[in-house]
Amino acid sequence: MLAPPRIWWRKLGRYEKNWLIVAFIWCLLLTAMMPLWFIFGRQNVPTTTYRTSPAEFQARVDDFVARYQVGEEQNIPIVAPPAGGDAFLLGRQWQWYPILRLKLGETYRVHLSSLDVLHGFSLQPVNMNFMVAPDYDYVVTFTPTTSGEFSIVCNEYCLIGHHLMTGKIYVDE
Amino acid sequence: MTTTTADFPLPARDTDFRTCPVTAYKVDLAAERLIIGNAVAAIVFLLIGGIFALLIGLTRWQAIHLLNPEWFYRLITAHGIDMLIAWIVFFEIAGLYFGSTVMLNARMVAPKWGWAAFALMAIGALMVNYVVLFGRFNEAAIMFTAYVPLEGHPLFYLSYILFAVGALIGVILFFANIVTAKREGRYTGSLPLVVFGLATAAILAVYTLLMGALTFVPALLWSLGVIENYDSEIYRNLFWGFGHPAQQVNLAAMVSVWYALAAITVGAKPLNEKFSRLAFILYLFFINLGSAHHMLVDPGNSFVYKTFNTSYAMYLAVLGSLMHAFSIPAAVEVAQRLKGFTRGMFEWLRNAPWREPGFSGLVLSMFIFGWIGGVTGVTIGTEQLNITAHNTMRLPGHFHATVVGGTTLAFMALTYYLIPLIFRKELKFKKLAIWQPYLFGFGMVLTSIGMIVSGLQGVSRRHWDISFASAVFKVPIPGTVDLSLAVMGIGVLLAVTGGIFFMTVVLTSVFTGKRVEASRLLLVSGESNPLEESALVSFEDMEQHHVHPRGTFVIVLAFLMFFVLYYFAQWWLLARTWIVR
Repeated sequence: MLAPPRIWWRKLGRYEKNWLIVAFIWCLLLTAMMPLWFIFGRQNVPTTTYRTSPAEFQARVDDFVARYQVGEEQNIPIVAPPAGGDAFLLGRQWQWYPILRLKLGETYRVHLSSLDVLHGFSLQPVNMNFMVAPDYDYVVTFTPTTSGEFSIVCNEYCLIGHHLMTGKIYVDE
Repeated sequence: MTTTTADFPLPARDTDFRTCPVTAYKVDLAAERLIIGNAVAAIVFLLIGGIFALLIGLTRWQAIHLLNPEWFYRLITAHGIDMLIAWIVFFEIAGLYFGSTVMLNARMVAPKWGWAAFALMAIGALMVNYVVLFGRFNEAAIMFTAYVPLEGHPLFYLSYILFAVGALIGVILFFANIVTAKREGRYTGSLPLVVFGLATAAILAVYTLLMGALTFVPALLWSLGVIENYDSEIYRNLFWGFGHPAQQVNLAAMVSVWYALAAITVGAKPLNEKFSRLAFILYLFFINLGSAHHMLVDPGNSFVYKTFNTSYAMYLAVLGSLMHAFSIPAAVEVAQRLKGFTRGMFEWLRNAPWREPGFSGLVLSMFIFGWIGGVTGVTIGTEQLNITAHNTMRLPGHFHATVVGGTTLAFMALTYYLIPLIFRKELKFKKLAIWQPYLFGFGMVLTSIGMIVSGLQGVSRRHWDISFASAVFKVPIPGTVDLSLAVMGIGVLLAVTGGIFFMTVVLTSVFTGKRVEASRLLLVSGESNPLEESALVSFEDMEQHHVHPRGTFVIVLAFLMFFVLYYFAQWWLLARTWIVR
């Protein structure tokens, strides 16, 4: 709290210097982990993004549903995209549409977008989370490694019905 | 510099000084009134935000589930604004005035502007509360973040802008005070470290507030219909250019307060000014990059952009914090060892003034900030790891540890010393003050851990009903979530009780306390004046072998080990999720 004398720069003590070195090495390791995982890891944040509009995306979803619908649950179509192909999932107040039926170990390009405000795609209980924004077609390339019934929760606040906004993904063996 | 004194505001009055009998500092009475005004406003908003905190906590505690969704979302919006903006910024402005006048024996250059700033901030803060609590739901309950395309009432954005302009005036006054103090020769040598840290906070604040203008002026125009389109991701980028640095202002201010508390309670003197100042400079250069933390799983950003920014270039801002994490306890250790507590590794710590709220507040604030807030923050701010954390309760768990357990607790602890020194009132209910940091700190530990553990199990933040009772599709939530949410709920109750202790002590002291000139620096332990003692300590004394900070070195290594374990445990968790690219 007191003003130091004009010349206050002095050599670091032994403990300060050692800690500085240890801390800096840890910082370098933290930095290195992200590119290392980018190269060797199996979970990386998707970056593929296209411009779209709510009307355009809605049309693509409708087309997708018409082509691959296999059932219906609670008035929401269940859609099974071809393995290796594109799937479309839209978020709107307060619904995820449609329900996807995927196959274990197959890879899908899941296009995410919103028709109104921001939404949060939260896949449970796997616990993977991505942002869904209007006008952005965000392509998440998923390969399910577990099978069963999964829920999509909205985890970006979207007004009064936010906590009602849930969806579903089935993964078959 | 070719400027003349005339370029700076000259006093339109004769500056009235009093001399503080404890610290021997000169105190400008105009500055004192401004500090009191801002501190009182801060505490009023802490009180309001605290009431909201209790109600929100009791709603998220699923077993109680108190509020209906409308009020839950309204109050969560108001809670964020009152705490993160009103309480903290009012207190920081008080701190900036304190640092730039009292600590430099200097005067307040333009008190009228100070009151204008105060008025703008107060109007902004009250107006936004009114809009959020009583406005039309869709224009009001849009959260502290107000993500476009959620469209707030124009007054919502106007409140933010008024508050930011007020705060900016306050920050400019801080710089004007320092420059004037230097020119008038009010202090000799360099700026004290605490003021240096506050200056770091102030520089970050200028950037932050300008980014705020860049975010909210278009938002205001958009809500008025002048601008037709406001891209949601551009808004998010701009908003976090404001919102993240705002937290770094808190960080720099809090670290400065830590140094101040260490000096006030044990007479700690920075071991190496170069080391500590370098750490602040690292904040200055690198910490603003952190805005990308919030955009890690958003569409549109490249890997390189995100990695560079989220890592603060090379975790250089984290390095700054790691340096403070060593230098502050080390300064305390050396000060204690110089008093003769030299046996073993930790005699100095055992014999620390644990009954002094400034000291317990310092230790708990550092512990919660570093061990819980810092470790989880760096982890969820790692690009890939963010997949498992984004928008879950790990986020509020993290920032309640940093901003509440860290910053708020440190500011509370400092307040106890401002009351006798600046308000010149005798502190009442000292017993409550002794226990308050422990109660509040322990409550915040439980709150944060409860949130983090819930988030690890996938529970969303800002969510009214995780039982999904009326949703189309039920979401099976593991039973252990009830437990972790209960831990959070109990933590909230304890922390709120600690908050009530704080309010009781502060409000009764300020409004009913005896008007006395402070007679000593410490509140409860001893009659000594640690500041005076530390002034007598020389660098040579601090370099003797038996006072070296060995114990602190052990503590920071233990901390690093915990950090490494938690960090890699998160990679292990990530590796168990679906493959994604």
